[in-house]
Amino acid sequence: MARILAVDDSPSMRRMVNFTLKNGGFDVLEAEDGVQAFEVAQRESVDLVLTDINMPRMDGFELIAKLRTLPNYKFVPILTLTTESSAEKKAKAKAAGATGWIVKPFDTEQLISVINRLVC
Amino acid sequence: MSSDLSEFLEVFFEECSEGLVIMESGLIALDSDNVDNEEINTIFRAAHSIKGGAAAFAMTEVADFTHVMETLLDEMRDGRRQVSRPAVDLLLTSLDGLTNMINAIRTEQPIDVAQIERLKAELDAMLATSGSTDDSSGEDLTDVPGPHAASQASEVSSDNADCGAQTMRWEIQFTPNANLFATGNDPQHMFRALAELGELEVTANTDAIIGLEGYVPHSCYLSWQLVLASEASEGQIREVFAWVEDDCGLTISNTPLAEARALVAAQTAVSVAAPAAASTEDNLAQVSTPLAPTVVVASETPATQPSTIQAVHGAAQSKARQSSSEGASIRVNIDKVDELINLVGELVITQSMLGRFSDGIQDDELETLRAGLITLSRNTRELQEAAMQIRMLPISSCFNRFPRLVRDLSAKLGKNIELKITGEGTELDKTVLEKINDPMVHLVRNSLDHGIEMPEERKAAGKPKTGTLTLNASHQGGSILIEVIDDGAGLNTEKLRSKAIERGIIAADADMSDEQINNLIFHAGFSTNDVVSDLSGRGVGMDVVRRNIEDLGGSVSVHSVRGTGSTLAIKLPLTMAILDGQLVQVGDQTYIISLVSIVESLQVTLDKANVIAGTSEVYQFRNEFLPVLRLHEVFNIIPNSTDLDKGLLVVVEANGGRVGVFVDDLLGQQQVVIKSLETNFRQVDCLAGATILGDGTVALILDIPGLVRHSHSRSPIAASRQQAA
Repeated sequence: MARILAVDDSPSMRRMVNFTLKNGGFDVLEAEDGVQAFEVAQRESVDLVLTDINMPRMDGFELIAKLRTLPNYKFVPILTLTTESSAEKKAKAKAAGATGWIVKPFDTEQLISVINRLVC
Repeated sequence: MSSDLSEFLEVFFEECSEGLVIMESGLIALDSDNVDNEEINTIFRAAHSIKGGAAAFAMTEVADFTHVMETLLDEMRDGRRQVSRPAVDLLLTSLDGLTNMINAIRTEQPIDVAQIERLKAELDAMLATSGSTDDSSGEDLTDVPGPHAASQASEVSSDNADCGAQTMRWEIQFTPNANLFATGNDPQHMFRALAELGELEVTANTDAIIGLEGYVPHSCYLSWQLVLASEASEGQIREVFAWVEDDCGLTISNTPLAEARALVAAQTAVSVAAPAAASTEDNLAQVSTPLAPTVVVASETPATQPSTIQAVHGAAQSKARQSSSEGASIRVNIDKVDELINLVGELVITQSMLGRFSDGIQDDELETLRAGLITLSRNTRELQEAAMQIRMLPISSCFNRFPRLVRDLSAKLGKNIELKITGEGTELDKTVLEKINDPMVHLVRNSLDHGIEMPEERKAAGKPKTGTLTLNASHQGGSILIEVIDDGAGLNTEKLRSKAIERGIIAADADMSDEQINNLIFHAGFSTNDVVSDLSGRGVGMDVVRRNIEDLGGSVSVHSVRGTGSTLAIKLPLTMAILDGQLVQVGDQTYIISLVSIVESLQVTLDKANVIAGTSEVYQFRNEFLPVLRLHEVFNIIPNSTDLDKGLLVVVEANGGRVGVFVDDLLGQQQVVIKSLETNFRQVDCLAGATILGDGTVALILDIPGLVRHSHSRSPIAASRQQAA
């Protein structure tokens, strides 16, 4: 079963993403900010990271850049799940090493199919 | 899915409430002169979370509106805009609008669109006053709810409708930059997405692959020609490459399939041959790339769009169905729940242990049984306490609304007032907490309005210009004490006295202490209209406050010193469901008196009892006369004895008034669970409820404030309050 690390500071978003992904047949790890996500990432290997951008302590940009420094996260798809849809923010995420972005509100089935394409 | 969504919605709404509180307290803190950037950041993040959640739950109005607020906050955070009073004020009113909007959605009421539009226009106007807004807000604004990239259900489906059903032959030249893999992108992902749109042929171009020397394994040396037979639009195809459009060369062209069919066949043959030849030249390099260079995938799912749109509708419907009444759920500290589960476990063990005994008890096992029963009773008591704990919430949720109220009201009144909050961690029963809000607001308003003086007056009185209002909560015995303390002018006792006499509330010659007179502000006769006092409201009743608090089983009193300030003290039971009671006996009936209201119980010395005006009985208790209330008369039952010296007098206190309740005897003290009479029967005067005792009999719980009122209505207050000679 593919494993996904979902990072969001909002419990409701985490729950919703978790629920959606589990329903989609994925194993889900959660983290509530960049710092926690990076800790998890150092312990665990995942097939995909789905992260919010605006978070306390360590934001999504910094998290992505740091994840890319870990050998087993070099090629792992990292998607941002965020309302930040400006071109500038996308470019910043890409520059940090993000694979792509999914904009809230996401459609559950499409989220699953996008992730399926990336991890299978 | 829809039923589950409602659960997330509930969590989201709770989060919203928290976010709104954070925003409000943050904005109020911003008001001071030195601006803390971290504070703005906190407000911004709260706004952003609400926006994100709202967008996720398709609450477009909320997301749009929050976005505009967020833009303003963003400018403040970046230092592009000064933190000015008008800006903060506008953000605060906008916050009210946002709160209303979220509450409307939560309760399925229509949103006040006019209010929102007006606020939005004001925000936009403010944003427009600086030249820096356009680039950041323009684009974001339009596409906050607008789906992007992978989440384009609506747009994609309209594309489908537009382009009809004509199958086109798309030729796509995809030349990624060498660093494609560094972002975790893999052409395979895109090819899979394309394959979902139609029949796809993929041909890799390996010409760019270099020899092993200088070969960088992470680099992408390949490019691809793709041929897609699909009804999809160019937009849909470009969408597939959206994540990498800046990192690749991409050309897309098309011809109608029918015209091109013959051509396709010929080309395919050629293009398949070409890479085969190429790969033999650089076979080693090719093996080391992480890609399958040639993929031909047939389309399995031609269109996922119709089903996804249904899902969106389902979400909207479930939102509409969702009935979210306030208080339906409470957030509970996990430790409390763990504790409860733990205790239930213990209880089950004890239960099963005792159950085993019921099969046949040997004499020598009686000790074990006794031990088991002791454990069982302890567990039960602890379980009850733990269960009660779950309902306890910190009073901060009530206190937190006051910074805003004080800020707004002091500005309106032209007074300088500083608010201090202490003991906000004190926990209170959730029901009590909800019902204490209105009385608290009332008391605070009164203190601000009538208690604290205007700055000039304060200066003249030699006080600091800025008045202080303190809200304090603390535990006191088995009760919670909430105090509203102001350092204002205090009550004008003389004025109160003359007013009370004028209104016939007290006799002209009534000998009452200042404290007693001050507490008359809670008397119903005082607050019916424009009483000129420093504390009582403008026709809004302090007696209403008192009654609300009494309904909660509490009491309210005032302590005031002329010139230095007033303290309003609310005393509340820890919980409304359980009561520490004193069991008393009258005839064959058992009544329960709340321990909190009992001052003392005493045996009557007949020479201290007097009959006034032939009907009212009073008893000399220390240096005051107490009205005597014979419980058997109130409830019309036959007592063991009607002689005062054969029974006991229980001195009880409520609202600053004391009464001696005459009963036959005191029984035990115990905690009782309050059962409402209203739900099971109907409201009865002088009774607060009922409970079931250990032996299964029903005992009635006395409503002490009600009894005190009852006794005062029988005997004029002036007569009963005579000081002892």
